[in-house]
Amino acid sequence: MTLKDLLHSSRAAILKRWFEKTLETYAPDASAFFDGQKDRFANPVGKALRTGTRVMLDCLLGEMDAEKICAGLEEIVKIRSIQDFTPAQAVSFIFSLRQIIREELGQELDSSRLTELAEFETRIDQLALFAFDIYVKCRERLYEIRVDEVKRSVSGLMRRLNREEEKAQS
Amino acid sequence: MAEAKFDEMDHYKQAELMKFDFRPPPTGWMDTPTDFRPGSWIYPGKAKHLEYLDLPNPREWAVTDEDWQLPKNWKEIVLEGMRERLSRYRTFKIFMDICVRCGACADKCHFFIGGGDPKNMPVMRAELLRSIYRKDFTALGKVFGKLAGGRELTVDVIKEWFYYFFQCTECRRCSVFCPYGIDTAEITIIGRELLGLLGLYVNWVIEPVANCFRTGNHLGIQPHGLKDTLEFFAEDIEDSTGIKVDIPLNKKGAEVLFVTPSGDFLADPGTYTCMGYMALFHEIGLDYTWSTYASEGGNFGLFTSHETIKRLNAKIYAEAKRLGVKWILGGECGHMWRVLNQYMDTMNGPPDFLEVPKSPLTGTVFDNARSTKMVHIMEFTADLIRHGKLKLDPSRNDHIKVTFHDSCNPARAMGILEEPRYVLKNVCNNFYEMPPNTIREQTFCCGGGAGLGTDENMEMRLRGGLPRGNAVRYVQDKFGVNELACMCAIDRATLTTVCDYWAPPVRVTGIHELVSNALQMKGAKDREVNFRLEEIEHWKQKAAPAGRKEGSSDV
Amino acid sequence: MRVVIPLIAVIILFMLAYFGVEAAGLQTLFGVVFPYIALVIFIVGLIYKIVRWAMVPVPFRIPTTCGQQKSFPWIKPSKLDNPSGTLGVIGRMALEVLCFRSLFRNTRTEIQKDGPKVAYASNKWLWLGGMAFHWSMLIVSIRHLRFFTEPVPGVIIGLQDLDGFFQVGVPVFYATSIIFLLAVGWLFLRRVVSPQLRYISLANDYFPLFLILGIGTTGFLMRHLMKTDIVAIKNLTLGLLSFNPAAPAEASGMFYAHLFLVCVLFAYFPFGKLTHLAGVFLSPTRNLSNNSRVVRHINPWNYPVKVHTYAEYEEEFGEKMKKAGIPLDKE
Repeated sequence: MTLKDLLHSSRAAILKRWFEKTLETYAPDASAFFDGQKDRFANPVGKALRTGTRVMLDCLLGEMDAEKICAGLEEIVKIRSIQDFTPAQAVSFIFSLRQIIREELGQELDSSRLTELAEFETRIDQLALFAFDIYVKCRERLYEIRVDEVKRSVSGLMRRLNREEEKAQS
Repeated sequence: MAEAKFDEMDHYKQAELMKFDFRPPPTGWMDTPTDFRPGSWIYPGKAKHLEYLDLPNPREWAVTDEDWQLPKNWKEIVLEGMRERLSRYRTFKIFMDICVRCGACADKCHFFIGGGDPKNMPVMRAELLRSIYRKDFTALGKVFGKLAGGRELTVDVIKEWFYYFFQCTECRRCSVFCPYGIDTAEITIIGRELLGLLGLYVNWVIEPVANCFRTGNHLGIQPHGLKDTLEFFAEDIEDSTGIKVDIPLNKKGAEVLFVTPSGDFLADPGTYTCMGYMALFHEIGLDYTWSTYASEGGNFGLFTSHETIKRLNAKIYAEAKRLGVKWILGGECGHMWRVLNQYMDTMNGPPDFLEVPKSPLTGTVFDNARSTKMVHIMEFTADLIRHGKLKLDPSRNDHIKVTFHDSCNPARAMGILEEPRYVLKNVCNNFYEMPPNTIREQTFCCGGGAGLGTDENMEMRLRGGLPRGNAVRYVQDKFGVNELACMCAIDRATLTTVCDYWAPPVRVTGIHELVSNALQMKGAKDREVNFRLEEIEHWKQKAAPAGRKEGSSDV
Repeated sequence: MRVVIPLIAVIILFMLAYFGVEAAGLQTLFGVVFPYIALVIFIVGLIYKIVRWAMVPVPFRIPTTCGQQKSFPWIKPSKLDNPSGTLGVIGRMALEVLCFRSLFRNTRTEIQKDGPKVAYASNKWLWLGGMAFHWSMLIVSIRHLRFFTEPVPGVIIGLQDLDGFFQVGVPVFYATSIIFLLAVGWLFLRRVVSPQLRYISLANDYFPLFLILGIGTTGFLMRHLMKTDIVAIKNLTLGLLSFNPAAPAEASGMFYAHLFLVCVLFAYFPFGKLTHLAGVFLSPTRNLSNNSRVVRHINPWNYPVKVHTYAEYEEEFGEKMKKAGIPLDKE
């Protein structure tokens, strides 16, 4: 049995713990709500955390499809990048996966599996790098839309001034 | 511990270093001072605006200052202010007394849903005030203090109020679910009034208020500037339709005074909605007038104090009287209609110099506005369509798949739900509703209402906008929705941003922009462009067989 | 702390009465003096509270509208959720007070996997718990009237029979007693288990809960486990009613503890959140119709404010208006 097979067999347990660990980064009152409310419209954060972690874990265990994995990551990072977190806190949930996997494997994790483990954890590192990209992208987007909105608030005025200028020139 | 190598187990224990403890300190909420996070608060009101409005304690200060330069007797002022309001507003008094903390409201606030800050649970927002009320105004609190849920009024409490009362958009969603109808908007309004007594305002509210008091609108557009703006719109309408529309301004003896939020004068996409009104009024030959003096339908007084609402709102009736109109028509706006529906007549009425509104085209008497004499444009247009007074071709909006966002105030402080849907269904073939627990009386706020729609608190707004954005994304994925219609000027500005982040590239439109797309105007050329001056492919195809020369009627 | 102190307080109150009677023989104090005092505090306190509320004006008509307004004859208004007249308001209030309608609103949408169908489930535990608690408390209270009436009216006997319909146990277990205890227990557990509720709950949320739980438990024990002299109790209650009271020594300490906790509840009632019983009727966001555009609502303290008049406006901008060809009042 390869390490991946082992992880596959405890996929549900890992997923559950990863989700819970991610929830722990919020205030207890909030995490109880993000966990408990199952309606995806009343609780978009919980929905994103659930879907995002599932998509990412499936990618880690299967093909590292960059597009898919980024889609899963973006679900979560897009939200965490505008919540009350520092950049490190916002992407920290990825690193908790290392610990979870080691704990979950427990006894099975003997020295014969270290190479496999290192390999798998490289995948997690890769995920972390993606997360960094996405985090920065989201923050850039945030500043972009801030500027866009300010521009838009006088856009009518600018169009008018430009036209008046054109008229004056012609 | 010895340094472990990369392939040794011990190395991985270091992963534990990444364990952060994000949980709040185990102290109760009353003992945990507010952490002012950038991106969550708004810049304070500038002294010059406070001075112009004769408001107390004008000074320059910053939220990050240690000392907020409160008046020396600030505590006395706040407690006296509370006492006065407890004797004036039954809502305030009752809402302070009867909350049982059942938690029904806890997960109904968009800021809590999107951000998870426990003090954004509506019950907590009220507890911020209620704890002071208990300590200083109830027998139990005076005797048992903290045990009875009371706490001392300190500067930290004031700062906490400032932080959280400007994280409430007064959308009233929590009130829908409360078994006693406790309305956090009411608590926030009072909370902000108390802050105002100390000169604590946010600039994004108080500058528009000062502008509106002086020039008649929030943006500070002076009369000649407004004329220019409307003329500019008329040019664009002419470019699009070939029709020159009139711009009646301060016209005495007109039948109808038209008032709309000034946000639609300068900011896209509200400008296109404004053109929509102008085209519609021209088409039906309405005898109406704009006013430069009452050029604002919105009322940022609502986000300041009851007195300020009245000071700004007074202009509308005064102008209607001066111009001698018969009744007043109001444009698409959210909080504006809260004021017009629930405050105007009480504050500045009765407008006995006006007549009960009657549509000159259909003869419909607007009985539901018998006393205020002010009709919502959605009622007016729905009535026109119902009586077949408009020639509409909904297929002209076939390039648009639209969903509708109920704005908080028209939904929960008025109940105008069906009229806009009726209009939409008559001007569009592709209309899709968002999920039921995100529309009508359960609608989610845009996250930028009640004076929060500025840019320095963008993170906060996007958190608050998540539930709405999430529902938009759902209909986008499911039905291919590409436009979000709304009838609120703040929405048109803030939802554009919300969609840009959560559901791009959905864009935002006012309902009368869609009406103008579908409207077959008498004497119009074959339109190829809309009011945004964008070429619409299927309009062009329709126009082409008519054999017009290309670009013939451009200016 | 917020949980423990109220719990200790209720236990102390219980012991005070139990041992006060069993050990110190203070029957008269607990059986006669306290009930009268509690009743006076309850009645005077609650009336005072309601009068205080009623004296505060309702300056604005600000109902929370939860449905379609009344506009055109061809659009169906939502008569209950957006009432346009008194009848609608009465209906809205009745549904609110009797059925806790707002709590019932907690709907939830669930999207079925891979299907376009949207199903509605609801999150109605709070509603169910609240309904079970309040209604069973009402019925239990009405049932208790059998101790205050002689002969006992048929209605009360009928209700009692209905309540004991299942004929389980001797004496018969009343359905409402069980429901009541379960509901109070659930409302308490909810507060301590859910982090959200634990965060918002205060000592004055736990105190009445413990008090009510204590009353329910002592009552239940008396009926089913520790028999007490009912004839003696009825003599006491009838004596209290006829202002000719005598506290019987035959009644058990458990009875006096039960009675004392009830007294504390009554005395506490007007001071805390329990006043929601009366306040719910006065809440302006619910008990007003949405007709502010039809009938002018009067604000008794409406005062004149400083406005910027048109004359002042024209004074400032007149020149510019004239230049732009906008008509002026002057000239």
